[in-house]
Amino acid sequence: MHRVGGQLVRGVKAQQKRSLSAALPPKKVEVFIDGKSLLVDPGMTILQACALVGVDIPRFCYHDRLSIAGNCRMCLVEVEKSVKPVASCAMPVMNGMKVKTNSDFVRKAREGVMEFMLNNHPLDCPICDQGGECDLQDQAVAFGSDRGRLQSRYDGKRALEDKNIGPLVKTVMTRCIQCTRCVRFANEVAAFPDFGTTGRGQDLQIGTYVEKFFASELSGNIIDICPVGALTSKQYAFTARPWETRKTESVDVMDGTGSNIVLSHRTGELLRVIPKINDDINEEWIGDQSRFAVDGLKVQRLLTPMIRGPDGQLKPASWEEALFTVAAKLRETPAEQKAAVAGGLNDVESLVALKDLFNRFNSENVMTEEEFPETSGGSDLRSNYVFNDGIASVESADAILLVGTNPRFEAPTLNARIRKSFLYSDVQIGVIGAETELTYEYDYLGASAKAIDDILAGKGDFAKTLNSANTPLIIVGAQALKGEAGAALLGKLQQLADKLGNGKQVKVLNVLQRWAGQAGAQDVGYKAGTSSIRKTPIKFLYLLGADEGKVTKANLDPSAFVVYQGHHGDAGAEMADVILPGSAYTEKEGTYVNTEGRSQRAYPAVSPPGDARVDWKIIRAVSEVAGKALPYNDLKEIRQRLNEIAPHLLRYRDLEPSPFVKQALQLAQTSGSIDVDVSPALRELSDYYQTNVISRNSRSMAQAKKAAIENKSNPYAEEPIHARL
Amino acid sequence: MSLTSNVMLQASRIGGMITKRGGATGLMVHRDTKENNLNVKFKFTPENEDRIKAIVDIYPEGHKAGALIPLLDLAQRQHGWLPISAMHEVARILEVPRMRAYEVATFYTMFNRQPVGKYFLQVCATTPCMLRGAETITETIEKKLGIHAGETTKDGLFTLAEVECLGACVNAPMIQINDDYFEDLTPKVFFLFELCFFISIIQDVHEILDDLKAGRKPAAGPRSGRLAAEPFGELTSLKETPPGPGFGLQASLK
Repeated sequence: MHRVGGQLVRGVKAQQKRSLSAALPPKKVEVFIDGKSLLVDPGMTILQACALVGVDIPRFCYHDRLSIAGNCRMCLVEVEKSVKPVASCAMPVMNGMKVKTNSDFVRKAREGVMEFMLNNHPLDCPICDQGGECDLQDQAVAFGSDRGRLQSRYDGKRALEDKNIGPLVKTVMTRCIQCTRCVRFANEVAAFPDFGTTGRGQDLQIGTYVEKFFASELSGNIIDICPVGALTSKQYAFTARPWETRKTESVDVMDGTGSNIVLSHRTGELLRVIPKINDDINEEWIGDQSRFAVDGLKVQRLLTPMIRGPDGQLKPASWEEALFTVAAKLRETPAEQKAAVAGGLNDVESLVALKDLFNRFNSENVMTEEEFPETSGGSDLRSNYVFNDGIASVESADAILLVGTNPRFEAPTLNARIRKSFLYSDVQIGVIGAETELTYEYDYLGASAKAIDDILAGKGDFAKTLNSANTPLIIVGAQALKGEAGAALLGKLQQLADKLGNGKQVKVLNVLQRWAGQAGAQDVGYKAGTSSIRKTPIKFLYLLGADEGKVTKANLDPSAFVVYQGHHGDAGAEMADVILPGSAYTEKEGTYVNTEGRSQRAYPAVSPPGDARVDWKIIRAVSEVAGKALPYNDLKEIRQRLNEIAPHLLRYRDLEPSPFVKQALQLAQTSGSIDVDVSPALRELSDYYQTNVISRNSRSMAQAKKAAIENKSNPYAEEPIHARL
Repeated sequence: MSLTSNVMLQASRIGGMITKRGGATGLMVHRDTKENNLNVKFKFTPENEDRIKAIVDIYPEGHKAGALIPLLDLAQRQHGWLPISAMHEVARILEVPRMRAYEVATFYTMFNRQPVGKYFLQVCATTPCMLRGAETITETIEKKLGIHAGETTKDGLFTLAEVECLGACVNAPMIQINDDYFEDLTPKVFFLFELCFFISIIQDVHEILDDLKAGRKPAAGPRSGRLAAEPFGELTSLKETPPGPGFGLQASLK
């Protein structure tokens, strides 16, 4: 049976308690690991203390970011004066403790545990997807024997039926060693309490008891935490062995947080995405879209340049023809009739190149599809549009106000952090927007943003909570900040942030961007929003990965010429007169600025398919053909240009603080009504899976969406219950 | 493997879900059956509602989940066995995810997740009882009722299961019928001269089953005339006066 909670290792609560009693640092205790003396914090486990001196204890059930179960017994160590071996993952250190991790006694104990484990584990490594990256396989090499004494002559090994938990995760339950990592993950991180253990002893098994879909946006992570091949990826099934693949560390673009990922590829084919640990951003998790949507990169791609012929059909053309056509139109169209619209998945290099190109032709009419108010300093003051306090700050917050956002589906890893904070601290959460199923309890303050007026006036319980908070946070969804009401909302939030944050360490106001390229685009001077297109008739429109349909033919001059540069044949390519095939985020080296304003570098895992090219190079080629060559020929030179515009773009991984909060407040436009519905667009799980051009083309995501929709009519599906631990 | 093929594979086994040994454990996953599905209505009776209130009040605020076992037991007592809708009802009352109720109900073999007869006969078949003739008890019941272990009689009166140790080894062999223990069911051995054959029958079992069939309540406890687990006849040990405190202590510590 599973109990959520227990001892949390890297719990926020422990850290908070420590910071509260900062005056008295806890007394360190001395332990001896294999004879080496070591001073550690009390409350640490032996396993963690060993890790500090580089002694790696084998383990199956223990996981850094989950509660301690202590049921696999693989981490047994010898502690002097203890008759029996001790499970080091669950045993706190004590002063003067002498631990031996490598004695014969320990070895024998671990060999015994391994023998029991292998007694029921199938020897199907050759057909198991975990082979080569399996904890059990690795540790069996160290502690396993070639035969077991317990081999039963008559009833063989335990075998179980496989579970159907949806289209993303494949289960082979016979391989399960009952470490319960997935159960703890489901209950603690993903807030999917339907996952548990049924039965006991030999009959114990992991599952949902009643067959149901693993309804979580983080479900793919159970594949990573499973130490054996019981939970594997359906998408990656029977594809490759880890030693055959090459790994490229990169950045994800499926949401605004810029989760760190590892792209696994072989012979120029992208095979899978797994998360990379980054404690500042995604910890150890990624959302299902980030993990599984990559199969969308193999379909509906633009492989060759195309030109729309006189018959209205798009026909393949050579790069030369396409570039000359675009350049000619670019040259002949007057500056005020040109415009460029960038979508949300662009790297900063291509954004800079496109802006430079338009600037060369005396046009400043470059914009993003996503809207953002121009008031309160708009994009000029960076503190207006980034997550000022940083993603990690939600762990130390004691009150969080979510305005017009559903972080669960807009930034799953951020939401996992809010849940962590909710579980292990007393954080109070308020929501203005839609009353959706988040993974924590919250005070619902209504769908209309006018609730902020009440909070400003100090009316209501949540206003009091916010006012008395030491580290209050406001997280506002970028989607809510549009139009006149959005401008007024931003102004009001700035006032509120100033009131709450006065004299405190936090900046309070945080904008959660939905798009990976948005903060970068605003950093390099793109106008946010396409309203200016509707003001003057546009005859030359350059779409850079703009596929959300914010601009249509109807908004343009009837004779308008539309260029689409991007990687998928979607809404943008449909209206284009010329298509320039670009590359996706896995195919180019580029800089992405996440919602915090943290600049990160993505690396190419595979080359662009067909005749597609790296985006900034295409723009560079257009500029040359058009007669105004941009002054950069390689990545180094364009990065130099980035440095001229905004040096922080090259300070990779660092969080660049955004000053001028006060100035933004002075410019804040607070008049105007904010009585608008700020419900976010993504409200339930089925909305999550397909939000951009890549995931819309992904088969896995379509299947997951279907499963999520069907799950709603499953009579056994239930409303989750959230309780603090 | 798809869901349908899983179900097909299992279909033949569903009938005999109560395994021969291991009490009423059965499958560790739920599959809708005719008797056990969401449409089985379950609601606590008003008397049981009062009991629930009394039980839940024992637990401190925020720890209502602790009442899972007593409430599931109450549900089983009311319904005879534990349908999935009863687990849902308990989870609803205690405000825990349904999975927590499933986990508890599957962990404890005393929860019957499949229908059982009015009288649930559990024959202890672990070593001490086995040595004292538990197999004969099972045989006797099987012959008398015409069912095998794991099955229910057609009239729905009896379900037979062979289980592991019930903790009454001093009174072996024994059976448990619902909440009552019937102990010291010693077999009587007869030698059939005509066939040169020993047969053993357990008269007690016949009596108990006949009583139950007739709607009488057989007396629970040992059938040997013992009150409990005391020795037959007089005491065989511990007859002397107990030594006082300090007995056997080494001289220096006295």
